[in-house]
Amino acid sequence: MRIPLLRLLGQRLALAALTLLLLSLVVFAGGQLLPGDVGRAILGPLADPRAVAALDHQLGLDRPASMLYLEWMGRLLHGDMGLSYAFRRPVAPFVAAALVNSLKLAGLAFVIVVPLGIAGGVVAALHAGRWQDRAITLTGVSLTVVPEFVSSIVLILVLAVWLRALPISAAWRPGSSALVQLQHLILPALPLVIVLFGYIARMTRAGTVEALEADYTRTAVLKGLPRGVVIRRHVLRNALLPTITVLATQTGYLIGGLVVVETLFRYRGIGSLILTAARGKDFPMLEAGILTVGAVYIAATLIADAVLLLLDPRQRLGDAP
Amino acid sequence: MSEAVLMEPAPPIEVEAPPPRTRLASLRRSATFWTGAAIVLFWTLCAILGPTLVPQDPYADHLLHELAPPSAAHWFGTDQLGRDIFSRVIVGARDILTIAPLATLLGVVAGIALGLLTGTFGGWIDAVIGRAIEVMVSLPLIIVALLALVALGPSSVTVVVVIGLVFAPLITRTVRAAVLAERGLDYVAAAELRGESRLAIMVLEILPNITAPIVVEATVRLGYAIFTVASLSFLGFGIQPPSADWGLAIAENYGVIGGGYWWPVAFDAAATASLVVGVNLLAEGIQEALSA
Repeated sequence: MRIPLLRLLGQRLALAALTLLLLSLVVFAGGQLLPGDVGRAILGPLADPRAVAALDHQLGLDRPASMLYLEWMGRLLHGDMGLSYAFRRPVAPFVAAALVNSLKLAGLAFVIVVPLGIAGGVVAALHAGRWQDRAITLTGVSLTVVPEFVSSIVLILVLAVWLRALPISAAWRPGSSALVQLQHLILPALPLVIVLFGYIARMTRAGTVEALEADYTRTAVLKGLPRGVVIRRHVLRNALLPTITVLATQTGYLIGGLVVVETLFRYRGIGSLILTAARGKDFPMLEAGILTVGAVYIAATLIADAVLLLLDPRQRLGDAP
Repeated sequence: MSEAVLMEPAPPIEVEAPPPRTRLASLRRSATFWTGAAIVLFWTLCAILGPTLVPQDPYADHLLHELAPPSAAHWFGTDQLGRDIFSRVIVGARDILTIAPLATLLGVVAGIALGLLTGTFGGWIDAVIGRAIEVMVSLPLIIVALLALVALGPSSVTVVVVIGLVFAPLITRTVRAAVLAERGLDYVAAAELRGESRLAIMVLEILPNITAPIVVEATVRLGYAIFTVASLSFLGFGIQPPSADWGLAIAENYGVIGGGYWWPVAFDAAATASLVVGVNLLAEGIQEALSA
């Protein structure tokens, strides 16, 4: 039993490493295809072509791409993510600070949306086919498909401009208390909650409906267990397992949402870092940002897989005799 | 087991092929479908006829009338350049309703081709494409699109190509799963016995039988395409000025909402929301009808 589990985890780990390697190649290739000259971008359109060439040489950009990639990978493996073209300083501290900020925002969104989505899905499943189900499902579907910048605008107008209940920007004064930070983070977290709610509710509903129809549930009902106990002990335990995988895959959507929301609310997270780097063609910053995001996403998927393997013994039977 | 690691099957879209007449009948009865269809039709008409219908030139600046609130002269007010927002919202449907369907079409065509290839032939083609798809699918969509757009430079053509290519693996996965489900059926074996070529079996036998999941996947993808194009335009990497596109208009004007100027963004936000919800109701209706 132990060996297949470890082997399974090892396989996932190897695939994750391969994905990350390919991601770095893709990102690097994308960077090399940049039509704009980096030296030109830094020095501006009026700069002397010789100065541009000199800067390109100084930054080492006039060498073959394969050389640049190998060298960059080598440095990366030593923990050096390169120098930002725009700031002329190491990229790593910027990325680390931005990642911490984004994790705060994403964490808050998850803390709000996970109980809400699960509750919504379970309620819908328990009333399957009736108006409660229809209302929750339709609301969820409609909210999930609205782009984050649209829901953000509506939330800003209602909560910040008209009701003045929440601050309009996520940028708090340095040294603000945790409570003030939280107050600034609620509004940016809500659009993420809105996008994630529908999907989590939908998957929870599907899992719950399946568990409700299962033989073990019928047995539990027939042997006279109270409805509450059946639902808590038999239905939910089985229904919530797939939700764990869903939460991991949602990290992907969440990252896309972070780019939009952080830009809109002027929050210094990894999403706005990537967008700023993309706009300024700050290649090392862009690459470090995207690789960090990719690593976080891949790690989330891995952790979800591992948790699922540990919680659900049936998963481990996969290739056991 | 190695098969499962290579390529997890797409979530099964359960389509049990009732006779076509019942499918159409349940589609005709579906309130979800009709609501979505009405919304999408409205915006399509705006996109096609908009420029001839609007009361004022959507691109004309009036620098003495900037940020005028909604009034009889300007139903939705004016933006920071004094342009009439009502006219711009109507015309703003044009670009997104050109780019998103084209991108979806590209993704669907590429996805069908790759899905048929991998599903029918299997072997090393399946293994190579399967692994490439796993990697593509495991990357956050908007990040990939953003990276490609930085590399290629934002323009309508690159947006179509990038979104189409990002969608292709997802559609490939659906088509491949559908092909695998069909491949073992008797009519395929019969066609093989008749000596039909693999290409003929693929295109003439299997493809017509998997249209239902493809149609569902295409409408769902169209919703995502609109979502993505709108978000990219908002970020400055999609539709470019001076287009009256909604995402672009919100990007241009959200800086002033703190001052209480809600009208330059509120109507565009409502328009975007109604379009994506409309397309998704349409998709939901079709999906329900086909799986009924």
